[in-house]
Amino acid sequence: MTQLTRKEEASSEIFTQEGTLPADPIFNNVVKVAGLAVIGVLIWMTLVVAGDSLPAIRQFGFGFLTDSNWDPNSDQFGGLSFVFGTVATALIAMAFAIPIGLGIAIFLTEDFLPEAVLTPISFMVELLAAIPSVVYGLWGIFVMIPILRPLLQWLSGGSSSGYGLFTAGLLLSIMVLPTVASISREVLKSIPRSLRNASLALGATRWETIFRVMIPAGTSGIVGACVLGLGRALGETMAVTMVIGNAPEIPKSIFAPAYTIAAVLANEFGEASGELHLSSLFFAGFLLFVITLLVNILAEIFVRRVSLERQ
Amino acid sequence: MQTQKWTRRAFATLVALIAIASPIALQAANALDLNGAGATFPEPLYTKWFYEYNKKNPDVKINYQAIGSGGGINQITKKTVDFGASDAAMTDEELAKAPGKILMLPMTSGAVAVTYNVGGVPSGLKLDRETLAGIYRGRITKWNDPKIAKTNPDVKLPNQSISVVRRADGSGTTFIFTNHLSAISPEWKRDVGSGKSVKWPVGLGAKGNDGVAAQVQQTPGSIGYIESAYASQNKLPIATLQNLEGKFVAPSIEGVTAALEGTKFPENLRVFIADPDGPKSYPIVGLTWLLVYEKMDDKAKADGLKKFLDWALTDGQKYAPPLEYAPLPASLLKQVKQSVAQVQ
Repeated sequence: MTQLTRKEEASSEIFTQEGTLPADPIFNNVVKVAGLAVIGVLIWMTLVVAGDSLPAIRQFGFGFLTDSNWDPNSDQFGGLSFVFGTVATALIAMAFAIPIGLGIAIFLTEDFLPEAVLTPISFMVELLAAIPSVVYGLWGIFVMIPILRPLLQWLSGGSSSGYGLFTAGLLLSIMVLPTVASISREVLKSIPRSLRNASLALGATRWETIFRVMIPAGTSGIVGACVLGLGRALGETMAVTMVIGNAPEIPKSIFAPAYTIAAVLANEFGEASGELHLSSLFFAGFLLFVITLLVNILAEIFVRRVSLERQ
Repeated sequence: MQTQKWTRRAFATLVALIAIASPIALQAANALDLNGAGATFPEPLYTKWFYEYNKKNPDVKINYQAIGSGGGINQITKKTVDFGASDAAMTDEELAKAPGKILMLPMTSGAVAVTYNVGGVPSGLKLDRETLAGIYRGRITKWNDPKIAKTNPDVKLPNQSISVVRRADGSGTTFIFTNHLSAISPEWKRDVGSGKSVKWPVGLGAKGNDGVAAQVQQTPGSIGYIESAYASQNKLPIATLQNLEGKFVAPSIEGVTAALEGTKFPENLRVFIADPDGPKSYPIVGLTWLLVYEKMDDKAKADGLKKFLDWALTDGQKYAPPLEYAPLPASLLKQVKQSVAQVQ
């Protein structure tokens, strides 16, 4: 009989007859509970927010979505300006982030530069995602706005103070960029080399390969990246509230101050004591939930449609 | 990989050690921790007070979160803090919502300065009553408007848009400022009114006195209202405003003291001075209150807080002038001390 090593001896003491560890069922259950807890927390959050917004829903109903008058002193609450601001800043952010992010992803997966240069660049792009939101806001106020002000004033005919919808959208696009870029890069990297080689072998140029083969192959992943980025853009709070000007009205121009749902919640939640005020803020928060859900559903439909087409 | 026996034993020992160590660590913490939240208006002074008091009484640590007067009132009503701070004393409605009687204790008073950032215009720009209300109402939109030029004949005013900056959060400073605007402009009183947050006709919203100061500093052509300590500490240009008697006064301790002179304080110590008389008075002044429950749940905290309040009303007052806050007049101090004695 061969001598068992100390390790094998230790192991054989613990393995049960069936070959499973006593820790297995414990681990299984813990992990199951954790998974269910995550879903449970999400449902619980939705219920709490919806429940606390009931007074406002009863009072305003759908009027909340069409009225842009927000006046805490006279108990008049209309959320249109916030919904508009949230959606507009997110769209501006994605308009900048998607082409640039996708471009970065393509740049980092093609062989324009040697691998040794690409790795630090991709690392630094991912580092952008680690910068806290407040720091972005401070950078926006003290660096970005002073630099951009001449351009913004020229574009707006001299009336812009630098704080507004466009500025917030631009700052958001920088915050969303690492998400879009790094996930798209992973997606493009995971496409089998054989697909790219086959396309090139058939005579396609590099760019034809990228646009007609690689990106379509990675559509679902890239759309996923964009949706994640859009989710961040919709919910971003501190950076936006520092540069958007916090004016609860629908801006007359893209360079005028506006407001988003997350920003108004951050600013007014601490002092909202009237029941209707608090409930209206919850209602706005609930709307944000709904917008994010809609965006995710639309993205899922889009991806399915594109995959079906390709089949 | 199977964990070795020794690894599991070491891990168990570590967990046990941590479990034993935590109570010991907690005991080493402060004997008394007081928490407060509220206005940014008096924050520079309060920070100094808490620091100095802690030096003299190392076992008492007071934490303060400057979240705005509205937040302070909210938190003390919910009893999530031991004391609140607000430049807008609570209304009867707000007092009724609290689960107990709240004492409003004025601690100090200060001026709300109007600051601006216009190239080539030094500190001391004269703004008369109509002009100030007009700027914030959105009627005056350019720095070289004739109304501003009228009171400043020897200042070169550029043809620049005025960027109005105001508060985005619920603020006692806003309350003091809009109170004054309502008093000097019937149009403002009718269209906007006064309060901790109002429906501003124009303006960019910033968070906190410090947010407004930063925004004015960063935005050319902007104007904003902040507690005067923020303006002088950051060396921002300050406007001289016209008081009820028509004189142009800059914010100063003398201006605030003159404004407070002759004010009678009722039993609950709630007084708002929207438009003070007197030739030397600075027009926009406010008191700032600490909000404390008459009957506190924790005896140790009540005693600790009472001791601090007594200190603040005697020794503490000397820290006010260097930070541009006016110490309270002697008669008022007596009244406030009597109120403090009621805390238990």
